[in-house]
Amino acid sequence: MKVELEADKCVASGQCVLAAMDVFDQDDDGIAILLEEKPAPELLDDVKEAVAVCPAAAIRLVEQ
Amino acid sequence: MKRIAVVGASAAGLAAAETLRREGYDGTVTLVGDEPQVPYDRPPLSKQVLAAEWEPHRLSLRPPADLAALDLDLRLGVAATGLELAERTVQLADGTEVPYDGLIVATGVRPRRLPGEGAHVLRTLDDALTLRDRLEPGLRLVVVGAGFLGAEAAAVAWRLGAKVTLLEPAPVPLAHAVGTEVGAMLSRAHAERGVELRCGVTVSEVTEDGVRLADGEVIEAEEVLVAVGSLPNTDWLEGSGLPLGDGVVCDEYCEAARNVYAAGDIARWYNPLFGTSMRIEHRTNAAEQGMAAARNLLRPDARKPFAPVPYFWSDQYDMKIQAYGYLRGHDEVAVVDGDLAERRFVAAYRTGSRVAGALAVGMPPKAIRHWRLAIAAGAAWDEVVRNEPSPTGG
Repeated sequence: MKVELEADKCVASGQCVLAAMDVFDQDDDGIAILLEEKPAPELLDDVKEAVAVCPAAAIRLVEQ
Repeated sequence: MKRIAVVGASAAGLAAAETLRREGYDGTVTLVGDEPQVPYDRPPLSKQVLAAEWEPHRLSLRPPADLAALDLDLRLGVAATGLELAERTVQLADGTEVPYDGLIVATGVRPRRLPGEGAHVLRTLDDALTLRDRLEPGLRLVVVGAGFLGAEAAAVAWRLGAKVTLLEPAPVPLAHAVGTEVGAMLSRAHAERGVELRCGVTVSEVTEDGVRLADGEVIEAEEVLVAVGSLPNTDWLEGSGLPLGDGVVCDEYCEAARNVYAAGDIARWYNPLFGTSMRIEHRTNAAEQGMAAARNLLRPDARKPFAPVPYFWSDQYDMKIQAYGYLRGHDEVAVVDGDLAERRFVAAYRTGSRVAGALAVGMPPKAIRHWRLAIAAGAAWDEVVRNEPSPTGG
């Protein structure tokens, strides 16, 4: 599975970091940064949570 | 449970439907929405959409393929008109009925309006596109209500060259929500740009020429936007037996009646983290509560109280305002980091003896995160705020 992040949609809420801190971080303006484009399987539940809570619908998990 | 109905197809309803599938539920999920569009996002309506920076297709909450993968019984463009709790059916405006074993109510809110015809409101995509088509340099626009929505719309209209007058009944905009000092700071941002903000004025009606104030004065404008708050869409639930009172009244699990849950703007639930009942009209709460309601519905033996730290953001001019917690009804505000005058600061909010909220403008995420943690932990004000380096007070 691969994570896609549309940074220009990001509203800097940091919800993704709260849900999956091993996969996402924020820059100084709060905009999300993708740390792991292809996260390990044990992180996928956290990533799915991040997809669900992102208030900008800026994250997507796609089949490779 | 073979059939679950989710009524309301915006952020909360979609989050609920998605969570049902993510949790392995493979029965029927009927998702009912009164608007014809596939689920879309609302915060950009008063920002990028009004500014004509984004076209509507960018608002879709999920790409078509992801939506299709949920295998929903999707009923769009049809409103729910009634609920029979005993029969466990929802009636729809097209005359059909949706039977359910479990129900999630997420029909949101609608804008409050003022007497008189012809004013804009800003809730739906159609609302935003209609107003956007009118905005042009030199247009005289009156915005009634200087809350977050009115302020965001005023900022966009100003940027597009409109001559904006912002009318607010309170002495200071948003004072009830963010405190007098922060409210005054937000007011100055309007004044600096030539957006005329008039506080302490009550609009009695919208007229053909603009608006009429309670004292009889008429403020002329080509267009009027009314942004004076919202009303929960509970009309279709009147007489159903579901407890109503400024929203659908739920317990700490978001349950309003057996196997009937509510989520999003319409849900008034008991938040144990703050020890009070609340109804939150924020985008992040819609998703989180939709997820929580779905999980609790599916797992009655492993239910969890919904105890979030509410979060919202607002974009006004060059400011991004972010707030955590429950600021309403606070007893004290203290600037705990940065400088209010420079519009780079964190303000903490005390309710009783605890840190109940924090609001930040122009601060990096790491400056805000530990305040969220303090709120989530119910930290004592005296321990956290007194020990905080505080260059400008607090």
